[in-house]
Amino acid sequence: MANECNGCEQALAMEKALDEVIARYKDTKGPLIPVLHEAQAIYGYLPFEVQLRIAEGLDLPLADVYGVVSFYTGFTTKPKGKYRISVCMGTACYVKGAEAILDKFTTTLGINVGDCTEDGKFSLDACRCVGACGLAPVVMINDDVYGNVIPENVENILKNYEEA
Amino acid sequence: MIKNVEQLNFLRDKMRKEMALRRGVEAEAAEMGGRMQILVCGVAGCQSSGSLGVYNELKNLIETNKLEDEIKIISTGCMGLCALGPLMVVYPGRVMYTKVKPEDVAEIFQSHIMEGKPVERLFAVDNDGTKIADALGQHSFYTKQLKIALKNCGTIDPYSIEEYIGVDGYQALAKVLKEMDPEDVVDTMKESNLRGRGGAGFPTGMKWAFAASQQKRQKYVCCNADEGDPGAFMDRSVLEGDPHSVIEAMAIAGYAIGSNQGYVYVRAEYPVAVKTLKAAIQQAKEYGFLGQNILGTDFSFDLEVRLGAGAFVCGEETALMTSIEGHRGEPKPRPPFPAVKGLFGEPTILNNVETYATIPRIILNGAEWFNSIGTEKSKGTKVFAVGGKIERTGLVEVPMGTTLREIVFDMCGGIPNGKEFKAAQTGGPSGGCIPAEALDTPIDYDNLIALGSMMGSGGLIVMDEDTCMVDLARFFLDFTFDESCGKCSPCRLGTKRMYEILEKITQGKGELEDIEKLEVLARNIKNSALCGLGQTAPNPILSTLRYFKDEYMAHVVDKTCPAGVCKSIIKFKIDNELCRSCGICKKHCPVGAISGDKQNPYIIDQDKCIKCGVCAQKCPFNSILHRERKGV
Ligand SMILES: Cc1cc2nc3c(=O)[nH]c(=O)nc-3n(C[C@H](O)[C@H](O)[C@H](O)COP(=O)(O)O)c2cc1C
Ligand code: FES
Repeated sequence: MANECNGCEQALAMEKALDEVIARYKDTKGPLIPVLHEAQAIYGYLPFEVQLRIAEGLDLPLADVYGVVSFYTGFTTKPKGKYRISVCMGTACYVKGAEAILDKFTTTLGINVGDCTEDGKFSLDACRCVGACGLAPVVMINDDVYGNVIPENVENILKNYEEA
Repeated sequence: MIKNVEQLNFLRDKMRKEMALRRGVEAEAAEMGGRMQILVCGVAGCQSSGSLGVYNELKNLIETNKLEDEIKIISTGCMGLCALGPLMVVYPGRVMYTKVKPEDVAEIFQSHIMEGKPVERLFAVDNDGTKIADALGQHSFYTKQLKIALKNCGTIDPYSIEEYIGVDGYQALAKVLKEMDPEDVVDTMKESNLRGRGGAGFPTGMKWAFAASQQKRQKYVCCNADEGDPGAFMDRSVLEGDPHSVIEAMAIAGYAIGSNQGYVYVRAEYPVAVKTLKAAIQQAKEYGFLGQNILGTDFSFDLEVRLGAGAFVCGEETALMTSIEGHRGEPKPRPPFPAVKGLFGEPTILNNVETYATIPRIILNGAEWFNSIGTEKSKGTKVFAVGGKIERTGLVEVPMGTTLREIVFDMCGGIPNGKEFKAAQTGGPSGGCIPAEALDTPIDYDNLIALGSMMGSGGLIVMDEDTCMVDLARFFLDFTFDESCGKCSPCRLGTKRMYEILEKITQGKGELEDIEKLEVLARNIKNSALCGLGQTAPNPILSTLRYFKDEYMAHVVDKTCPAGVCKSIIKFKIDNELCRSCGICKKHCPVGAISGDKQNPYIIDQDKCIKCGVCAQKCPFNSILHRERKGV
């Protein structure tokens, strides 16, 4: 990857971090999933090159790595937005009208669930219960939790992420 | 580092004194020089409603007034009453404040802390409208509860192992290591009749006995903290509020079955729980409750945290172990059972978070004590996460045998907005619903099965007249078909077919034979799927068909949705007797589907209508309806 980007510093740093992660887990039993979690934390997603490096580093067939990445919804091969919006569609949220909130986000942002706005700022996902069911319906944006959301609030919530 | 029981007891006694205010022993507290202890819920619900701001504001005031020596603030785990968060409890007196905003803190500080006059306007209000200061002791939300698994949740600082020790933490571990043989521990678990709290209700002692009898050098102890049921958050609350109880119990399990290594599998969606648990494990290592030669004995035990990655099926035991091994989380046929051949091919026991959290109490108080609580075949208590259309959402722990009516109406205050109770859903995507007729059935494992639902992990979602039961079944099938791992075809294809039929019915395209097809499919999938996910996936359909067949018929025969949920078949209509021709609806309709004026009656053009419902919301005379008016 480093070559593709002509050794740009950030890519090199990320690669180094990834190699460290691989080295740290190499002797752990069942290292793949913890490594993937950390790799995703470094890169934001798991592109093919990263999967390949992990496969080589852990001495696993690439097919196994890809198999695991594609099995778990928590792993993504598509880049996510700077602000990741997750609308909870768990049971508690659903019976309290989460669907209308998800609809409001799709129309306001003009993107489908699973996609990212063109400027890379917001990505939108439906998720399963975040465990704040007492406040249903719930929306998470990165680590911020919004409870008792109504569709009319969606635009205001998004305003919090307008850059100054 | 605590090397023996004497040191443990010494620290416990010291901490008991420091925490004396919380036990209501003010004399002892005075000895320690503390005047007040204030607990602020710092997790989950309360945190998202702004408890951090409350905490900081309070800390500021205490520091600027130089009262740090007299007044201690503690950020705790969940206190249960999430609907009224952020919550704060002030000792002495155990005064609970609800919905505290950072702006309220100055008043609490001045009036209560400085002048000794509690702020009544922030008390919890009970069903009869009275304001209650000591809500934890007197509010109906709490009076029927009996806390075993949640005993320390919301009363101690989850980041302090010393506070845990102060409430008899690690005493159970000390007891088993010093006074009991592994066989005695297994026997106590058997005699306690504790059944797994993760769903199926399998006897925990029996599971441990199987694993203990395996002659293998390496065995594993696992904890299921995957909490896949959407709408359930009790395991999260235990991990965030009292992580050491799980660590202690896992070490006890390790001693009982002869294992030196444990894994906790936590869902990645719970970052706070992961952080709290990891911090607790670190502390337990530093204090010597994990690691080599625990409390000076030959017993060694270590614990690792593993994260899930968003797959519901990984809550199933064999899939969970496959996932820890680093593979796609697909289940395996049983036998061999994990107790014989589990994680990395070795004998393994897996228990749920709440199951573990119950165990230290059982060891300390004895099996007989535990047997005195609950019903004949379900002993002890169960934690429920009550959510949905209910006044007071939150966490409750009640003795087995408590009725749904007590939970929904007495404790949680019933249904908001004067609506009617329709059903409660338990067991998540594997469970079913309990209709109003069964409100008085004592809840335990067997009664719920008889009602066509199941205990599940304890999610309890309340639904009112505005919930469409066919749509609810469709929602769960959407979930299971999406989460099916695809290994076996009954589940992979069957859930999809059932989902499609439900989709058809909710769109008003269903036929009578579709209902029959659903019943046949459901039966076949139940009997032929590989793991619990597929075997239980039909439950939401079977149970809604059992209690709400009339709703299915309304969709199929009359092509209407009685609850007014299924968009494709609802029709908005203007009741011209109530309409005053004000024209507001016409003005607000985004697609111009409404016509009419003072002379001509207002009507909605059904071809243009997109069923957004704006007209019904805006009508000042309540004359626009999308379903039959109740009682007409
Ligand atoms: C599809 C599926 C999902 C499950 N999800 C969970 C879960 O999220 N948490 C849990 O504790 N048990 C879950 N279980 C039950 C576990 O397989 C297992 O029975 C349980 O963790 C054993 O612990 P216990 O005996 O203490 O209840 C699930 C089972 C199935 C079939
Ligand atoms: S169902 Fe949405 S947070 Fe639990």
